[in-house]
Amino acid sequence: MLSSQVELGISIYKPGGILMRQYIIRRLLQMIPTLIGISIIVFAISAMVPGDFITAKNNPNMTAEKAEQLRHIYGLDKPEYERYFIWAGNMLKGNMGDSLQHKQPVTEVINTYVWNSFIIALATLILSWVIAVFTGVFSAKFQYSFFDRIVTLTVFLCMSLPSFFIGLLLIKLFALDWKLFPVSGMTTAGHNDAGWAYIKDVVKHMFLPTLVLTMLSTGSLTRYFRAGMLEVIRQDYIRTARAKGLKEVTVIFKHALRNALLPAITLLGFELPALFGGAMILEKVFVWPGIGQVYLESINMRDYPFMLGFTIFLSILTLLGNLLADVLYGIADPRIRLK
Amino acid sequence: MSLEAAPVEVNAQVPAKPVKADSPWRIAVRRFARNKLALAGLIIVILMFLICYIGPLLSPYNLYDYKLTDKNLAPNASHWLGTDKLGRDILLRTMLAGRISLAVGLVATIITVLVGATLGAVAGFYRGFVDTVIMRFADIFSSIPTLPILIIMGTVLSDLKVDPSNRIYFLMLMLGVLSWMGLARLVRSQILTLREQEFMLATDALGLKDNRKIFRHLLPNTIPIIIVSATLSVAGAILSESALSFLGIGVVPPTPSWGNMISAANNLIDFRKRPWLWVPPGMCILITVTAVNLIGDALRDALDPKMKK
Repeated sequence: MLSSQVELGISIYKPGGILMRQYIIRRLLQMIPTLIGISIIVFAISAMVPGDFITAKNNPNMTAEKAEQLRHIYGLDKPEYERYFIWAGNMLKGNMGDSLQHKQPVTEVINTYVWNSFIIALATLILSWVIAVFTGVFSAKFQYSFFDRIVTLTVFLCMSLPSFFIGLLLIKLFALDWKLFPVSGMTTAGHNDAGWAYIKDVVKHMFLPTLVLTMLSTGSLTRYFRAGMLEVIRQDYIRTARAKGLKEVTVIFKHALRNALLPAITLLGFELPALFGGAMILEKVFVWPGIGQVYLESINMRDYPFMLGFTIFLSILTLLGNLLADVLYGIADPRIRLK
Repeated sequence: MSLEAAPVEVNAQVPAKPVKADSPWRIAVRRFARNKLALAGLIIVILMFLICYIGPLLSPYNLYDYKLTDKNLAPNASHWLGTDKLGRDILLRTMLAGRISLAVGLVATIITVLVGATLGAVAGFYRGFVDTVIMRFADIFSSIPTLPILIIMGTVLSDLKVDPSNRIYFLMLMLGVLSWMGLARLVRSQILTLREQEFMLATDALGLKDNRKIFRHLLPNTIPIIIVSATLSVAGAILSESALSFLGIGVVPPTPSWGNMISAANNLIDFRKRPWLWVPPGMCILITVTAVNLIGDALRDALDPKMKK
């Protein structure tokens, strides 16, 4: 019975299968009311800000008339609800408007800066998964050993890090005091390196922010893998594998790890917003020209089109990430029925 | 002789050790006490509270005696953590900041628990339309990126020129209101199963009102998960508060908080030459949050009846 169920599951829920497609379409449709709700809340909060882009610039040459004129051009003089509908209508057409601060379409600004954030996020993703898998496996294998205890404590420290403080501390120690890494930015000012030299320069600048982000995300991942591994190790087929006389390395890394990793691919879905969302505070601390810093600045400058557009972009990523996680879950474990 | 005496002794010992069924709480306490890291965490948190709330009373300095002759002193015998640019004692400021940061974390969590548990219980109890509406709101709120919204709201507070001494109340409210969703989901799913159990039939038979059923009979059964979730949420709230205050839009000077003390590092000279201005509060955040997380994790192990050990 079980095998037929599993078979059924695989045939229907395989990527591109009919039920899978229906499921995805239904979930996408469900996102619409959620997104409308999000857009109203985000817009309402931003409309509460008394200042606007014109006052935030603090231009001493600005006269009241000129400000009115500019407000009219930017459409800031219309009542809030009208602005919401204009904005939402444009968003539906895929037009996020022009960033007031960058004088460019919002989509273009996102495209310019998001990749700087993406490389750090991708490096973090790879590093944290590799580290978490290994430490998780070993601390599960040697549960309650000294190593396991150290890992547990480290994991909790990592989960409790105030990112900006650790960032500052690392800059102080590694960049200012010991001069091992550059203090901030993405490239050395005044260098016009190309090719290999450029990559080396960027990697050097990337090191510290990536280190902090990796510390932040490795903690909970390690716990996840450790727990998954502990569950798998106790199962009968692992005992069988050992009884067959397989080497412990083979048992752990080939037989056990596979099944412990499987549910974890769900987590990849949740990484989606992190990959493209940037790290606002950390990018500010490291003066990294990423999308998070641009976003933070847009809030300070009351650059509504960008601020709203990117917030919605992040929300869509979160929703898509949740969907991706559920779909991956269904693929990874055919016994799970997507409803 | 001795052979005969032995069984008597054994018999005498039996009533001396009464077989008492342990209450779930007692079992939980024992499980918690077995976790040494968590005990260490508990001691650290208690110490942190004691130091922050009693320490300032013992300090020979006060926050308002600016002694410009003593400004920017490195840590020494009379100022253990040095002084800032106005000659204020950093140890005293860190302790006073701790009061604020701990209070923000606690009150924000109380708000989270009140909102989350109530909404979750109502959704789970009434099901149907009410449930759909509440859970849809939970979906919406959890899809909004939290940190950006907090930053935007913080900016709104700055623009509305909210009095600095009132800001911490707004901050507590913001943090609480934006983090009720997780707890609401947990409580709801528990209530959904609890409401089908027989003791609810008894409450029906007694003709109890809905709010009595929810708050007297259903919610008390979810207290273990509420405790765990609340503990972890204190840690989260302290971290969020510190990040916002660091950006200058959470707790703002003159009220000191651990987060806004760290923003001293924005001044390059203070950052490089005077680490005593910003390292101590950062360490306090790190230590406190770690300790709280350790407690929360141990509580989860201790209170979870499904644990097999």
